[in-house]
Amino acid sequence: MSAAMDTESTYSGYSHYSGHSKKAHRQGRDRHKSPRSKDGSRSEKSVTIQTPPAEPLLGNDASRTEEGQDDNWGETTTAITGTSEHSISQEDIARISKDLEDSVGLDCKRYLGLTVAAVLGLLVFLTPIAFILLPQILWRDDLEPCGTVCEGLFISVAFKLLILLIGTWALFFRQPKADIPRVFVFRALLLVLIFLFVFSYWLFYGVRILDTKDTNYQGIVQYAVSLVDALLFIHYLAIVLLELRQLQPMFTVKVVRSTDGESRYYSLGHLSIQRAALVVLENYYKDFTVYNPALLTASKSRAAKHMAGLKVYNVDGPGNNASGQSRAMIAAAARRRDSSHNELYYEEADHERRVKKRRARLVVAVEEAFTHIKRLQAEEQQKAPGEMMDPREAAQAIFPSMARALQKYLRTTRQQQYHSMESILQHLSFCITNNMTPKAFLERYLNPGPTLQYDKDRWFSKQWTLVSEEAVTSGLQDGVVFVLKCLDFSLVVNVKKIPFIKLSEEFIDPKSHKFVLRLQSETSV
Amino acid sequence: SFFSPFQQRIEIHKLRQGDNLILGFSIGGGIDQDPTQNPFSEDKTDKGIYVTRVTEGGPAEVAGLQIGDKIMQVNGWDMTMVTHDQARKRLTKRNEEVVRLLVTRQSLQKAVQQSMMS
Repeated sequence: MSAAMDTESTYSGYSHYSGHSKKAHRQGRDRHKSPRSKDGSRSEKSVTIQTPPAEPLLGNDASRTEEGQDDNWGETTTAITGTSEHSISQEDIARISKDLEDSVGLDCKRYLGLTVAAVLGLLVFLTPIAFILLPQILWRDDLEPCGTVCEGLFISVAFKLLILLIGTWALFFRQPKADIPRVFVFRALLLVLIFLFVFSYWLFYGVRILDTKDTNYQGIVQYAVSLVDALLFIHYLAIVLLELRQLQPMFTVKVVRSTDGESRYYSLGHLSIQRAALVVLENYYKDFTVYNPALLTASKSRAAKHMAGLKVYNVDGPGNNASGQSRAMIAAAARRRDSSHNELYYEEADHERRVKKRRARLVVAVEEAFTHIKRLQAEEQQKAPGEMMDPREAAQAIFPSMARALQKYLRTTRQQQYHSMESILQHLSFCITNNMTPKAFLERYLNPGPTLQYDKDRWFSKQWTLVSEEAVTSGLQDGVVFVLKCLDFSLVVNVKKIPFIKLSEEFIDPKSHKFVLRLQSETSV
Repeated sequence: SFFSPFQQRIEIHKLRQGDNLILGFSIGGGIDQDPTQNPFSEDKTDKGIYVTRVTEGGPAEVAGLQIGDKIMQVNGWDMTMVTHDQARKRLTKRNEEVVRLLVTRQSLQKAVQQSMMS
């Protein structure tokens, strides 16, 4: 974007800040002479340079004031139009207020669900034990003595309960990883089923055993065993419904980010829309590159220029013909000789060249820095074999030599917001500790990575809203579209069914692979 | 008796060498062999049995068999559509001391053709 070019050409005003800027000034002048033909439309931009000396090092976010100014890290000039600065801070305010609102309401619902399930679980677990113990407590003397078979059943009940306990712990006792808008249908169904089941058993027990004070203890114990067996089967049903059913992939889901069109495909099974949304979001954080608003300003300015050049004057009278006006504007815009495609082409070519040059400089600088470390390490080993250099110190020692190249590269690719000096130093000492090559150190900076790689403050995407025409607890169907909105962008999700595959078989006779080897043999007779 | 002008009858008396009866020549060809490798056949799809070598002074040479002859019959058995091993077996039957071959020869064919044309 041409704003970056303007940045370089204004370095001359700040040459007293750092000794490096003179070199940058010269380089900026040279670069500015690159051939740009047919560029008439540069006059509309307004450039304001705003940097008071106490401005933070990287980026133009006014809230970050932790990093002090360092001469080596020092080019702090940013050139931005007046409007963009205001809009960023407004979005920040909106974000903060939304965060405050939403944190209170949903927790109650989550904890209510958890407590209901826990209470029910405890009740269910204690029921068989109660069935066995209550006759002993209430009418012990009347009971028939418990024979061998009966005592064997005690062991079976104990072990089955243990298995049930372990299975329930494995399946259900997990930290909830997400807040979903509606209740989880299958889980609710299962809880209701268990409740009804246990309730009916208690009813039967109360009426037929407690009231009549049945003396056949073996029968009572068998009744308790049948309850535990049935509970194990319900556990099996839970596994099938909650875990197994969605494993087989039935749908392919296409996720497109609305701001830059980045898209991915995922395979899902039979899930409800809200669970599918959860899966998509979990994968979003690791698959999609991080959302960078700085990359969108170029297309926005182009769009603004398109419509700004035309004005409509209504000479016929006061009648407000809005649709006629817009149609006229569109027709006029299509007809006029627009050279914006040319501008786009040259801009992009120029930008790519610049990025490649800076990348080359960066790679060379980092490689030199790393060889310097190796030399230092070798020297240290010769001098005092017991003392190894602290990686943090080593990182701080070589950081200044590559800082400038790295900063310039990040600026050109507009990633400077995402990396602070502290994080770079940390990453550098991490790489030195783990004996990584310069390329491994740079992989984090050369290309924008997935959202998870960056600090949570820079994510721009923490609160999500599911927008859907169908009910969010209904299952996925072919052609369903839903949108996952967050404050700055949205993910449009399109569901397609995996096509029914007709696979047929063709048998190839192994003999068809056999060849008769024609020989030329000669026999003497 | 009428002989086909391209064919010749050769009668070989086998020679006893130790336990074996030998004829003194080598054969090549057969329906299980590669006919394109046959240096003696005019038609490279001919899978017949050809005489590839004749030992000097052996019974075959004495009887007049020449190298390159195609064997059509052995003792009345057809040899134009046999495998290599079947041909060998038919020639080396232990109870036969005399084999009567019906052979055809390219030089013979050419000689007859020339005489017919002149």
